[in-house]
Amino acid sequence: MNHWIIVPVLLPAVLASVMVMSMRHELALQRVVSVAGAVALLAVTLGLTVQASSGAIQVYELGNWPAPFGIVLVLDRLSALMIVLTAVLALMVLLYAIGTGWDSRGKHFHPLMHFQLMGIFGAFLTGDAFNLFVFFEVLLIASYGLMIHAGGRMRLRAGLQYVVYNLLGSTLFLFALGTLYAVTGTLNMADLALRIAEIPAADAGLMRIGAILLLLVFAVKAALLPLHFWLPETYARAPAPVAALFAIMTKVGAYAILRVYTLIFGPDLPATTALVAPAIMVAALVTLAVGMIGILGAREIGRLAAFATIGSMGTLLIAAAGFTPASTTAALYYLVHSTIGGALLFFTVDLVREHRGAWAGALRPGPRMARHGIIAALFFGAAIATAGLPPLSGFVGKLLILDALRDAPQAGVIWTVILATSLLALLGFAQAGSAVFWKPLAEDATPPAATEGTTTANGAPLAHDHPAPALAFAVVFAALFAVAALAVLAGPLTDYLAAITAQLYLPGEYIDAVMAGR
Amino acid sequence: MEMLMASAIGVLTAAGIYLVLRLRSFPVILGLSLLTYAVNLFLFASGRLAVNQPPILRDGVHGYTDPLPQALVLTAIVISFGMSAVVVMLALGAYLSARDDGIDMDGDDDLAADGTERGQ
Repeated sequence: MNHWIIVPVLLPAVLASVMVMSMRHELALQRVVSVAGAVALLAVTLGLTVQASSGAIQVYELGNWPAPFGIVLVLDRLSALMIVLTAVLALMVLLYAIGTGWDSRGKHFHPLMHFQLMGIFGAFLTGDAFNLFVFFEVLLIASYGLMIHAGGRMRLRAGLQYVVYNLLGSTLFLFALGTLYAVTGTLNMADLALRIAEIPAADAGLMRIGAILLLLVFAVKAALLPLHFWLPETYARAPAPVAALFAIMTKVGAYAILRVYTLIFGPDLPATTALVAPAIMVAALVTLAVGMIGILGAREIGRLAAFATIGSMGTLLIAAAGFTPASTTAALYYLVHSTIGGALLFFTVDLVREHRGAWAGALRPGPRMARHGIIAALFFGAAIATAGLPPLSGFVGKLLILDALRDAPQAGVIWTVILATSLLALLGFAQAGSAVFWKPLAEDATPPAATEGTTTANGAPLAHDHPAPALAFAVVFAALFAVAALAVLAGPLTDYLAAITAQLYLPGEYIDAVMAGR
Repeated sequence: MEMLMASAIGVLTAAGIYLVLRLRSFPVILGLSLLTYAVNLFLFASGRLAVNQPPILRDGVHGYTDPLPQALVLTAIVISFGMSAVVVMLALGAYLSARDDGIDMDGDDDLAADGTERGQ
């Protein structure tokens, strides 16, 4: 058994506990341990990806109990991609938080971050449906703490909404798992796939209910309409580095949809195939439209970024709903792009807010901020990436999706919605960018009344207190270059993603690897 | 027995959903707890209802009750216990800092930060 598979789950758990217990008052030490841990995680996940890229599916049996009796972690190409992406994002978020001093504005930032990483890595690696629920709870409970990091009246209230919404989602998840267990008598994903394939079509009613309940749970996580209501307020109010990390949390929902509806309720399963894919497709089209209209209508830059996230989830799930190898490859490319691009957007939004002082994120002119030009350039880059214009990877991603869905039944509608909403996003970003950057007011313009948490004690913009602004800007530029590199390396990357998809659409290999012990 | 379980789950869920849709945070938290009780019973019943049966299949024993849902319920109870504590603390924090226990945020939106509208 390859023990490296469990390291991405164990290492953050151990580091977080050590940080909480023995260095809770020493931020400098926490920073060193936290960043060193993130680098180690990146190295481990890269190593695991090299192993997984051979095509072999590795199974880690916890406590040496063979599946389906014990819990298994499964490393295949898709999990490997997701954990590497998480590790890269985590490193960027940690460095940005250190550079801007966000981690010093409340307690326990680094331990919570590592607990959250533990949950995310676990969700990507587990091969057991109930264990997926447990890891969802781990990542959620850490995210509740991160969401209200640094406190503040409105952030706490938004945090309460977020927690209540997700607790309801968790309850729904348990109902779904109970239904599936009642039907099949197992919760191991590979075993579920085997047993569900044996259910005769006439008895499939309860199983279909379970499939739809699970879809609803993942739709809450992926912010699919009409279950997206938790997202705009949460992302707009969360501390920016946390919002950037949350970019991977919506992807957990997308990953779970891809995994469950190719492995357990595969596209070949007659009982659910006519139910799931069309439902996701319609919801995703509406999600995309609402997200992009939200960009156009936003009056605050954080809200704009939050709606951009909803729009990108819509685009991603349109591609995922195709359930063909080509469309899934396009979905995976867009997933990688929108994770890095989303982080870039939230970092930039944070730089704007931190430098504008009392004007904060309002989309209306204020005086020139410090480092006006460089932030404007970053916003320009983030807008191009998010709206999907060349030369950045958003363009390549949308092109791949359009191409993959050319022969889909509703291709005309899909093309229209994707192209029209891209225009809306472009208009929204142009409007926001010109309001904030284009025509600054005079230096002595009267500032609006400062709201809580937008200025330092003596009224200066928060950016005056950044301990290492160069580090923060370096991270944001790294994100920008990563998005550009994704576009440049689109050829080799899509080849690799196509290999992932090929493995995903041969669930027999996954099932054989997990059930080998029986 | 089945009737009793089913109606208990149904009543708890209905009451929970009603309370979750209230505007103030305390009823919402109560509603979440009721929903948790409902889902715990539901998980328990998903292994079929069996009275006075051992949870392990042995030689000479003809019937048994499924032990796995009981383990699942135990996990779910522990998690929901922790989550309830978190949500109570958070609701208290939100109430103490905002002096308002409403769960909605309408009319209290400072994100648009439009000074003119806020009587500047």
